[in-house]
Amino acid sequence: MLETDVCIIGAGPVGLFAVFELGLLRLKAYVMDTLPVVGGQLAEIYPRKPIYDIPGYPSILAGDLIDRLMEQIAPFQPGFGLGQKVVGLEAVEGGRWKVQSENGEVVLAGAVVIAGGLGCFEPRKPDLPGLAALEGRGVTYMIRDPEVFRGRRVVLAGGGDSALDWTLQLSEIAGDLTLVHRNSSFRGAPESAARVQALADAGRLRLLTSTALVSLEANAAGNLSSVTVQTQGQPAWSLEADDLIPLYGLTPQLGPIADWGMVLEASAIQVQTDNFQTSVPGIFAIGDINTYPGKLKLILSGFHEAALMAHGAYRHIHGGAKPSFKYTTVTGVNGL
Amino acid sequence: MQEVQITVIDVCGTVKELVFPTRLGLSLMEALKSAGYPLEAVCGGMALCATCRVEWQEGAVSEPNEAELDMLDTLPDQQPASRLSCQIRLESLTDGQAILRLNPTKF
Repeated sequence: MLETDVCIIGAGPVGLFAVFELGLLRLKAYVMDTLPVVGGQLAEIYPRKPIYDIPGYPSILAGDLIDRLMEQIAPFQPGFGLGQKVVGLEAVEGGRWKVQSENGEVVLAGAVVIAGGLGCFEPRKPDLPGLAALEGRGVTYMIRDPEVFRGRRVVLAGGGDSALDWTLQLSEIAGDLTLVHRNSSFRGAPESAARVQALADAGRLRLLTSTALVSLEANAAGNLSSVTVQTQGQPAWSLEADDLIPLYGLTPQLGPIADWGMVLEASAIQVQTDNFQTSVPGIFAIGDINTYPGKLKLILSGFHEAALMAHGAYRHIHGGAKPSFKYTTVTGVNGL
Repeated sequence: MQEVQITVIDVCGTVKELVFPTRLGLSLMEALKSAGYPLEAVCGGMALCATCRVEWQEGAVSEPNEAELDMLDTLPDQQPASRLSCQIRLESLTDGQAILRLNPTKF
């Protein structure tokens, strides 16, 4: 088990800057994120988009802002648990918290800071009856090791880049491969679409465009046995399958945060604005995930919230003691 | 045109007529939220989450941009009339009126 002063959930810009503000108060931080990289949506969704409202930068690319933040927090040597989805949060003795990830990593922290942004990015699921019961029994949303599909009858669904890329990869591995796409054409990379079409023409895979998933059928053991599909203007039919992989992109979900007992308002965590603590003492929330009167979902507001949170977290960890306030111009970053 | 009239059919089928000024530069998502409709719009208008989706029924409106088309394309239950309300500026409703249906799915 890992021990730290503060566990930050979310490695977006605000979670990263929180490391800095905590560091100024000599609090060690451990940052966890579902995504395998730091930067949150700035890295995952719009790394090449310019941001115009970061003070001191007339324009900065989202990805560059993350690089700068990583440079800025480096002196504080934060720990990182990336690709770790936090699923459990449990109060332990002394006002401390036990944070647990899906993969079983456990972090013991004096305070927890939720900087979860839009929430966790989770796979978007098709609306099919009985889908949940077949998850892990043939229905899967992420391909970690393509080899597990060797020789199997696989149905992929979706029309974006990841559906096309995985179709190309699995065409060498799967025993029988079908790509189902609701539209008549693909919006993914044209060269990938052309290669998928060529493989379909060569009989290496089944390409069903203008086709919708209708229902799923299971065998006696409760595993997926077939997928019923319907091409526009034609009757529905069943396609025998061992695996269905819906690839409809990711969508932000509040996720397990909703189960941790904090007061929420319209999918955001209510906080007090003097220290950005939630309704649960020792749990703080900063950035896009929180709400309070006058809240603006701006990176710069999140930075401000991080500074006040750090002082609140210090008091929580040090039994109410007030940290001494210093300017970095006077003391540098290690001068406390 | 100073204002637009929007007829909203909510998920229960209740029809309401709303009038919004166009000079504020609002998106349709922002207008619907200000009128009290519970759109999540978690991404805040970046065409990243599709939680502001509406089904267009009537009224001239700007064509979707690439980002909107990409997002709509990922939806498992996209309809031909699906639009992201965050990508529609009120001033682009050139008929001065529109009819739309809110979408119940929470993507």
